Amino acid sequence: MLTTVEKLKSEWFGNVKGDVLSGIVVALALIPEAIAFSIIAGVDPMVGLYASFSIAVVIAFLGGRPGMISGATGAMALLMITLVADHGLEYLLAATILTGILQILFGIFKLAKFMKFVPRSVMIGFVNALAILIFTSQLQHFVNETWVMYALVALTLGIIYILPRFTRAVPSTLVAIVVVTGLAIMMNFGVRTVGDMGTLPSTLPVFLLPNIPLNFETLAIIFPYSFALAMVGILESLLTQNIVDDMTDTESDKNKESRGQGIANVTTGFFGGMAGCAMIGQSVINVKSGGTGRLSSLTAGVVLMSMIILLNNIVVQIPMAALAGVMIMVAIGTFDWSSLMNIHKLPRTDAIVMVVVVATVVYTHDLAIGVFAGIILSALFFAWKLSKVKVEEHFNMKAQTLTYEVHGQLFFASVQDFVEDLDFDADVKKVVIDLSNAHLWDDSAAGAIDKIEHKYEQRGVEVKITGLDKGSAELMDKIGGLSKASGH
Amino acid sequence: MFKNLLLAIDGSDHSNRATEKAIELAKLQKDASIEMLYVVAGNKSKTDVLHYGDSDNASRKRKQLLTKYETIIKEAGIPVEVTVLHGKDGIAEPIIEHANNGSYDALILGSRGLSTVQTMVLGSVSHKVMKYVKAPVLMVK
Repeated sequence: MLTTVEKLKSEWFGNVKGDVLSGIVVALALIPEAIAFSIIAGVDPMVGLYASFSIAVVIAFLGGRPGMISGATGAMALLMITLVADHGLEYLLAATILTGILQILFGIFKLAKFMKFVPRSVMIGFVNALAILIFTSQLQHFVNETWVMYALVALTLGIIYILPRFTRAVPSTLVAIVVVTGLAIMMNFGVRTVGDMGTLPSTLPVFLLPNIPLNFETLAIIFPYSFALAMVGILESLLTQNIVDDMTDTESDKNKESRGQGIANVTTGFFGGMAGCAMIGQSVINVKSGGTGRLSSLTAGVVLMSMIILLNNIVVQIPMAALAGVMIMVAIGTFDWSSLMNIHKLPRTDAIVMVVVVATVVYTHDLAIGVFAGIILSALFFAWKLSKVKVEEHFNMKAQTLTYEVHGQLFFASVQDFVEDLDFDADVKKVVIDLSNAHLWDDSAAGAIDKIEHKYEQRGVEVKITGLDKGSAELMDKIGGLSKASGH
Repeated sequence: MFKNLLLAIDGSDHSNRATEKAIELAKLQKDASIEMLYVVAGNKSKTDVLHYGDSDNASRKRKQLLTKYETIIKEAGIPVEVTVLHGKDGIAEPIIEHANNGSYDALILGSRGLSTVQTMVLGSVSHKVMKYVKAPVLMVK
């Protein structure tokens, strides 16, 4: 066992060279994304840049998964659009702080284990819906544009995908941005740039209280947003955490990460940043580039902020075409293509859940609603599958006995069909209900057994219930058989 | 002298044939042993975690896959070791690095048999491996 100090030391300084180099690579890849996600949310680019800076730095210290990168993300930005449009930035900052508080509670009460209630098909639907939304959010940049803009997007994508064939020493995204920006400045194309979308910071973020009235009305406005942000943030963070666990073949503390994400969002809200979470793409880039320690996240945050302050007047000249290209790449990378290839192999219900999640999100533009719909639908499918009870009939002529062998789970959703399978008008002396291969789960099941006994007894047929397992027998003792006990 | 063999596995049908050939090669030499190598590229981690639920389950599934080949080799009476590389960028590069850092008498791998277009998009692992691995390479088609 490592002591806490030794563990901290290895998490911070166990891989200094790899962490610093990968941190720089990630910082460069973060800049265009943070700007693009701000534009999706409808706020100035500085809001996303401040968020990516402060979240990356806070998570470096307080996160549960060394090597994971967090910042402003598309999933979160997409949830904020209406809040920003209807109420403005100050309400977004307040919502960000509340999001953090909810996530801290999530971590303190160790709720990470409940994530198992989110089925895999819902998670796959979630990432696919996210990818589609990121892609469609870029379409607005193409409206009323000239062929020059289209050509620049194509050039950006070309560089991003073809350059790695030749060298992986420099991130191809960065090269694409530099080349396209340089070209646009030199040729003076007059295409829209980041500077046209809002102001960029040339200073470090400062601590400020959001300028909002502190009353119930404010809470009523921000709470639904904060709740959705908190859930989606945790969902994507824990998914990313599992991916980084897998990439590094190590384990990590899920509740600590939830708490860390919360503290990062509270801090970010006070420093003028938008809510964020762990980033799948950036974390994969980080680990692939050799970053596995806490230093990588700190480096990413610090380098990002330094670059923005130093290169401010160049960053504002990045054409929107280049950013749109990068976002299309992010969308392609986020989409789980193997799910398309394998959809025919999945159980039909899982495939339906996945499609419903995607369709709900694309329709409502709200990832939280999509996930919720997916979970409910999965639960319904599960109940429906379990509710299929098989009843086998055996008739013994000599004894004039009808035996029903019941296979399956008896609960509120299955009892009705089960009771309908029995023939209450059968001309027999005795009926045996064999429950050896069945289990009673709830009050409805116990009630159904009572009702069956009662119905046969009314017709003068002797009823015997056999094969109750321990749990079912206890249930019958507790809530079933009351009518019988009082009646006889 | 093919004593110390490295067998790169990806779990496809081509891996089955590559395993057979590796065993044949190992049987030529007394005391020969095989090291199985499986690379989990970064993007593979993402797909596996999504489809198997979490990291633990993904590792378990991979282990099941590798056990299949491990058993085939063991049953042929050849000592076998398993190496799994995580979090790498690409598949060819980590195979090349691992092969060149160890002292192997040969590397055996299956060709995925991709079309020209697929090779352009996905990149040819076997081509890169043939080019940069210093030890003799047996590519099984």
